[in-house]
Amino acid sequence: MNISIALYGAPHSSEASESAYRFAQACCAKGHRVLRIFFYHDGVHNASALSMPPQDETQHTERWQALAGEHNIDLVVCVAAALRRGIVDQDESERYELPSANIARGFEISGLGQLLDAAVKSDRLITFGR
Amino acid sequence: MNTPLSKKLLFVSRKAPYGSSMARDALDALLAASVYDQDLSVLFMGDGVFQLVKDQAAHRAGMKSLAASLPALPLYDIEKIYVQQSALEQRGLADAELVIPATALEDGDITDLMEQQEAMLSF
Repeated sequence: MNISIALYGAPHSSEASESAYRFAQACCAKGHRVLRIFFYHDGVHNASALSMPPQDETQHTERWQALAGEHNIDLVVCVAAALRRGIVDQDESERYELPSANIARGFEISGLGQLLDAAVKSDRLITFGR
Repeated sequence: MNTPLSKKLLFVSRKAPYGSSMARDALDALLAASVYDQDLSVLFMGDGVFQLVKDQAAHRAGMKSLAASLPALPLYDIEKIYVQQSALEQRGLADAELVIPATALEDGDITDLMEQQEAMLSF
């Protein structure tokens, strides 16, 4: 089955990222195809290359990168939600003359159309976070 | 973007309008979806029914008014707009004037509506 995930929760603040990751992992383990994870609302914080949790806590961003790399999953970050929260790629950084860019490798900034596209192309769209 | 299929998609909006940005984010996603030629419906459930109440003073909370944007939904060809009757009643809004005409559904009808969909986008 083709599955996509919408994630609205920031890592560390809520359980949403943890639950979404475990769900995605379980889908892959069962032989399902995870097409896309769409990071929206506070979920965009999952894409920050600058998060640095203590060593004995989960590094969510790196974990997403690893899972996506292994299973060829799109990691798409909503541009409007990301800009509001200070998650930017090089293009956006230059466009708005910001002092730096901080999106983690493997994540792609795009529009809300990608959420709809995921809903249309997947057999299931599962939402995590509130 | 290449989204050839037309699917029945239900947007479910369950958050009050200004305590978080989720209600705004739901509306943004719905409006974005409207350009892709899908069969869209929207349902306001739970605290989401507060989004529909008239005379919102969002500026006093430093926010942009959702009530100003919601009446535009039909202009985006989003005409299937539903509201949870029991949520209105529980919040004393059964007789409240709403910013946009919405079809009130009993909880059993909501189950039917959801079962008819091919995907749900939950906010």
